[in-house]
Amino acid sequence: MAENNSKKHTIIVWLEDEPGALNRVVNMFRRRAFNIESLSVGHTEETNISRMTLSVIGEDNHVEQITKNLYKLLEVVKVTDVTSEGALIRELAMVKVTADNPQSRSEIMQFAEIFKARVLDVANDSILLEAVGAEDEVDRLFGLLRRYGIKESVRTGRVAMARGSAAVAAI
Amino acid sequence: MATSATGTHAPQLDEKRFTPRELNGARILCECLIAQGVDTIFGYPGGVLLPLYDVLAEYPEIRHILVRHEQAAAHAADGYARATGRVGVCMGTSGPGATNLVTGIATAMLDSAPVVAITGQVSKALIGKDGFQETDITGITLPITKHNWLVMETADLAETVKKAFVIASTGRPGPVLIDIPKDVFQGKTFFKGYPSEVKMRGYNPTVYGHVRQIKQAAKMINEAERPVILSGWGVTISGAFDELMELAERGDIPVINTLQGLSSFPTAHPLSLGMPGMHGGIHANHAINDSDVLIAIGTRFDDRVTGNLKSFAKNSKIIHIDIDPAEIGKNVPVHIPVVGDVKNVLQVLNKYVDKRQHSEWREKIAEWKVKDVKRRENEMSRRGRLRPQYIVQQMSEVLGGDAVITVDVGQNQMWVAQHFNFQKSRSFVSSGGLGTMGFGLPSAMGAKIGLGEKTPVWAVCGDGGFQMTLQELATLIQDDIRVKIAIFNNGVLGMIRQWQQVFYDNRQHSTPLISPDYLKLADAYGIRAWRVTEREDVARVIAEANEWPGPTIVEFVIPEVDNVFPMVPPGGSNLDALSAEDVDKQH
Repeated sequence: MAENNSKKHTIIVWLEDEPGALNRVVNMFRRRAFNIESLSVGHTEETNISRMTLSVIGEDNHVEQITKNLYKLLEVVKVTDVTSEGALIRELAMVKVTADNPQSRSEIMQFAEIFKARVLDVANDSILLEAVGAEDEVDRLFGLLRRYGIKESVRTGRVAMARGSAAVAAI
Repeated sequence: MATSATGTHAPQLDEKRFTPRELNGARILCECLIAQGVDTIFGYPGGVLLPLYDVLAEYPEIRHILVRHEQAAAHAADGYARATGRVGVCMGTSGPGATNLVTGIATAMLDSAPVVAITGQVSKALIGKDGFQETDITGITLPITKHNWLVMETADLAETVKKAFVIASTGRPGPVLIDIPKDVFQGKTFFKGYPSEVKMRGYNPTVYGHVRQIKQAAKMINEAERPVILSGWGVTISGAFDELMELAERGDIPVINTLQGLSSFPTAHPLSLGMPGMHGGIHANHAINDSDVLIAIGTRFDDRVTGNLKSFAKNSKIIHIDIDPAEIGKNVPVHIPVVGDVKNVLQVLNKYVDKRQHSEWREKIAEWKVKDVKRRENEMSRRGRLRPQYIVQQMSEVLGGDAVITVDVGQNQMWVAQHFNFQKSRSFVSSGGLGTMGFGLPSAMGAKIGLGEKTPVWAVCGDGGFQMTLQELATLIQDDIRVKIAIFNNGVLGMIRQWQQVFYDNRQHSTPLISPDYLKLADAYGIRAWRVTEREDVARVIAEANEWPGPTIVEFVIPEVDNVFPMVPPGGSNLDALSAEDVDKQH
């Protein structure tokens, strides 16, 4: 889908917790040939409402079509594209890195400190880190860790929230 | 919008009916359907539906039409809905019964027809266990329904039925599906009556257009020198026949109808330019190309309408009026979008549109039209051949403006679209979006039941499409449904053969097909039938068949090679249409 004026958009979707609601959202993307870069979903402060953060790459009018098609889904209560609003965007990652000698172990610990990553577990030959940050920070940390050997990793994908006291909620 | 805000057109019923009482799911469903005003279900029984069929006889208000294949049930409900504006209801059992409905549901989806499909499901405990005749029909129909539900509790049934009818019939209409497990039909619950309204937080169709947008549209129309209206099926859905007429006549604006928009404006009106696009009139395509303002109403810029998007309406500013915001800017960039119900929007728009005369513009269009008139004359006059264009023109003359015509898909559909003189709203029923062969006969069946004895309903089919659903002839007899069928028999899948001829160097493969002897077939079912081979018999036989008190079949034996012209090559510019002469030269 990436074209000339494409950029990464962050879209927040509030939807009712009905069976199959997530399936409907994902299916709509497939059916309309839109690509999802990342998707994270969880409960909100309101019962029966889930909040989904979608990351998609596309031109503005393309993303507008996505928004309109999301609204056509019965469970979808609200959709906001926070890309241009300077929203704070974070991602949580867990990574298990090979650390089988004292030197690599200490280097990895240093990187963890610089990136404010927490050490969750240490084994004989590996370290498990938890990193929270903007997507590119996590990317850079992963870049540094790669040469030690990443045994396993997981990333939640973007979650986003606007700055300031104004709250964007389902209602 | 076709229905009131609550989506109900329920008759007043006696109060006893509404006394709260304990009922099983099957009875609750029937109570709800009756309260909703449903008078017909097109269906087919099966194992998990037995609890429902067991109680149907207690509800004589609901007529059950036993089809011969569930696909026909869905098309019949669709035809019923399109011809009447009321919601059509179809039903099939779990597994194959449900999957047989799928083609019909997809057909209704693409043409925004309000259909409620009810499917039986295996008992709750068997769901996910690959039980006998289990299929995930809500999963299968997810992308081809406006919404669907699997009802897991008898107590949720009434509210779900209400939601289903509201969603199917309001906003941009469409099919919905309710999947009901066998034990939900059997389970009992306290029935408090059919809800008069339901809350759906995520469902708020925009019905009224934004007044500032409408005023801007009016200004653009008032300043236009070469305006043209492109009217689609949305005009008919919204019941805006009169409002469209007022706009066109007030502003002296020529009207082009998409295939689905035919019958939203009278074909014979001096401002009517007929159909655009792939098989549209050259004058219609030129008018769009040369217009300075294109007013698109209730239409979605289908590729068969626009041809190559780069060359479509490239000189025009576009006003797009549609109830579905996701249609705005989907295919064509728009200058002034107005989201809202067409009828409401036009009522406001008409207040701001000036009375205008565009004689120069109309004269220019008339010049382009000469070619079209010539082609038509040519199609009518070739002697010694029984040509389909002539048959359609004769049907139109004999039946007048009363009849409703359903068509199948292919050349027969295009010939009717080009040559039938539509006079009233909802008189043309066609699978335009999905292009479903086999649609003609079952949709006519539904239209006929919805419209009643007075309105003649004709199904125009090719020999290909007719053979896809001809099993429904038995349904016509069993339920005395007086549909009139015209079969254009050319012994070939005509439109595909035409494409093979024009775009595939005439290499014909798998297009010739044989038919049964239709007179014998009709006789086997006890249906009166005629075979017409001569021009001079056409009008007389149509009149006789139309008057016969029962279903009839008229087989017209037409030449194997006869093409639909003009014809824009797929992906080409609408201004580069091929004519019969172009194709003759090619070979």
